[in-house]
Amino acid sequence: MTAEIGHFALILALVTAVVQGVPTLIGAQRRDALWMALAVPAALLQFLLIALAFAALTKAFVTSDFSVMTVAMNSHTAKPMLYKVAGVWGNHEGSMLLWVLVLSLFGAAIALFGRNLRPSLKVRVLAIQGLLGAGFLTFILFTSNPFARLFPVPIDGQDLNPLLQDPGLAFHPPLLYLGYVGLSTTFSFAVAALIEGRVDPAWARWVRPWTLASWAFLTAGIVLGSWWAYYELGWGGWWFWDPVENASFMPWLAATALLHSAIVSEKRDALKSWTVFLAIIAFAFSLLGTFLVRSGVLTSVHAFASDPTRGVFILALLIVTVGGAFAFYAWRGPALKSSGVFHPISREGGLVLNNFLLTAAAAAVLLGTLYPLILDVLNAGKISVGAPYFDSVFIPMMVPLIIAMGVGPMLNWKRGSLKTATYKLKWAALIAVLSGFGVWLAIDRASALAAFGMTLAAWLLLATLYELADRIHLFRSNPSESLRRLRRQPRARWGMTLAHGGLALLIAGMTASSAWKTEKIEAMAAGDTVTLAAYTLTFKGAEQVRGPNYMATRGTFEVQRGSTGTPFILHPEKRVYDVQGQTTEAAIQPTFLGDIYAVVGDTQDGGKTFVTRLYFNPLVPWMWTGALVMVLGGLISLSDRRHRVGAPVARRQPGSATPAPAE
Amino acid sequence: MKRKHQRMSLLGLAALAIAGAAALILTAFEDNIVFFHSPTDLVTKEFSPTQRLRVGGLVEQGSVQKQGDGVTVRFVVTDTAESVPILFKGILPDLFREGQGIVAEGTFRNGVFQASEVLAKHDETYMPREVADAIKATGQWKGDE
Repeated sequence: MTAEIGHFALILALVTAVVQGVPTLIGAQRRDALWMALAVPAALLQFLLIALAFAALTKAFVTSDFSVMTVAMNSHTAKPMLYKVAGVWGNHEGSMLLWVLVLSLFGAAIALFGRNLRPSLKVRVLAIQGLLGAGFLTFILFTSNPFARLFPVPIDGQDLNPLLQDPGLAFHPPLLYLGYVGLSTTFSFAVAALIEGRVDPAWARWVRPWTLASWAFLTAGIVLGSWWAYYELGWGGWWFWDPVENASFMPWLAATALLHSAIVSEKRDALKSWTVFLAIIAFAFSLLGTFLVRSGVLTSVHAFASDPTRGVFILALLIVTVGGAFAFYAWRGPALKSSGVFHPISREGGLVLNNFLLTAAAAAVLLGTLYPLILDVLNAGKISVGAPYFDSVFIPMMVPLIIAMGVGPMLNWKRGSLKTATYKLKWAALIAVLSGFGVWLAIDRASALAAFGMTLAAWLLLATLYELADRIHLFRSNPSESLRRLRRQPRARWGMTLAHGGLALLIAGMTASSAWKTEKIEAMAAGDTVTLAAYTLTFKGAEQVRGPNYMATRGTFEVQRGSTGTPFILHPEKRVYDVQGQTTEAAIQPTFLGDIYAVVGDTQDGGKTFVTRLYFNPLVPWMWTGALVMVLGGLISLSDRRHRVGAPVARRQPGSATPAPAE
Repeated sequence: MKRKHQRMSLLGLAALAIAGAAALILTAFEDNIVFFHSPTDLVTKEFSPTQRLRVGGLVEQGSVQKQGDGVTVRFVVTDTAESVPILFKGILPDLFREGQGIVAEGTFRNGVFQASEVLAKHDETYMPREVADAIKATGQWKGDE
């Protein structure tokens, strides 16, 4: 019964989405208040209906109702509760349901929080959200119905892929979708603005919080996925330039660019047409990602659906949505005149450079991801484009970006002085170069490239901190004045400082872990010892342990730093699940300078000797910390009261420190 | 700063970024593309011993052997027409087993494929598409068609 309720709710949601999309758009064109009034209740109702359907599917998973095909294929009675719930989105049908749930959630959020939007714009934004929802609900109902019944009902299910039975991966899809699908809001805003032919600073101000929210969630989702790959796949790596990873990284690059260009559109009434273009592109990347993952066209480590009809359907949705948006763009775009004029050396100029580099990088990633597909379609050979391509294209594009990131925030709007900025930053640059040189001397395996990476990280961190110190007049005014200024910093500025500083930590972590990783592969018997960086690892043997739905070979390592450090224990596991599959659970001990990472493999002589894989991954904890700081920066910036102001506020009088009233 | 100048400098910057990106992409493509080959290709064609390649096929039943050092594995992949021995040092992926399709990346030297990476997909029913196509090419495919 529950499954039928869910199915009917989805059908009703589709009808509601059409009501949210079609009459409202006509009403907005004719200025018919009655028709326009449909948008808000329809958006809320659509969300409630999809939430009901989602709850129905969750109930089917939690109660192990194997008469529902999705549940039978992806769940099992013995599975722990967390994974029964996470199993709802650990499969194609359920994850698409989560997709539309998030889409309608954003629609409902605009309906609720968009009170200050211009009414015609709000109705049109909601209408576009409704049309997107209608497209994807049709897709679900006709090609991927999560409520399809199965007869005869199996006694037990086929279980969730054990690799997905993991807390990191339980929350990875919801966060990623909040980011991915969140970009639908900026897309709807862009298309609505194109329909109206009007993009003004107020529009950019409305778009910014939605971009920020999506960006923060997307960052968190990508990092969680990367973290999962790091400890679950047991290869000691955290990013593989896998097509599915790229699918989430391209929207991230576009969203980051959008985040920055929207600032210029809001503050300076410039780059408007470009901002609208980016808003469309960012969501186009999200849809492309959905297509790549859901259609199974790519041979990837974690694409789980491969059904041609689904692929064709999503491709059609992608073409209609993006093509339609670009048609509007071609028609209306030329009318978007920017009034703000600026010199290339200015804050705007810096942000433009940021945008060029980020979009060029996104294009390079896109090409590398799609190239094997294109060659395959043309029958021109089967190739794979791996990490070496992406490293050698992506990194050179990021170098000027990071250098500019230090200088850009120091430039004035409209016309800045590179001379003043570089003069102010001379110490930061000098210390950064010295620290890179120091690393090069101190580490005997240091390549010049890795040392340069550390220089960039130090430069970004120091320049970001200097910019903050400069803003609060640290050491230039008396301390109480500086403290007063520090407290008065708008949250959006804090967001920038944190996000840029977090990126500096991230770069340091990525550079160090790529350049100075120590790896040992050994066959070890109980009592054997291996030296890894500054640590000594003693293998104490392995035993069989029973888990809730698996048997594990659990290894024990005693680890000691030098000869005097406090010893600690690591327990890597190799799990064989009762129903299907096996997984490797790496044991990781994070320390300030890096992770000690141990994996236990198979035995060859009945449990005496085991293949082990041991890593010391330098500064990996910095990477995770840096990423978290970036997300935190996004959230703090999001909480800036100024974002919540609806209408454009007249420029504050110089000297007046009262924040603009919220709401 | 006139509007015209602004537009010109923006265009100049954009052209520079595009040219730079294109140059980077082209050089990277030249050096870093790895072609996929079936075991039949490896046996019948000539390859430089330093060229990075991918090979895929089914792991032959009974072919997996640990070498003397305890960590190097030797196994044979086949597309049912030809087969190639592969040497790999390290822990094989969780889903690696005999009879399963895999893809290995590395170099082909003196008739032995030295793999630096072995990929098996995170899905029990998975057969890498390249492997499926390679087997289809030999006419031995007994799959879904």
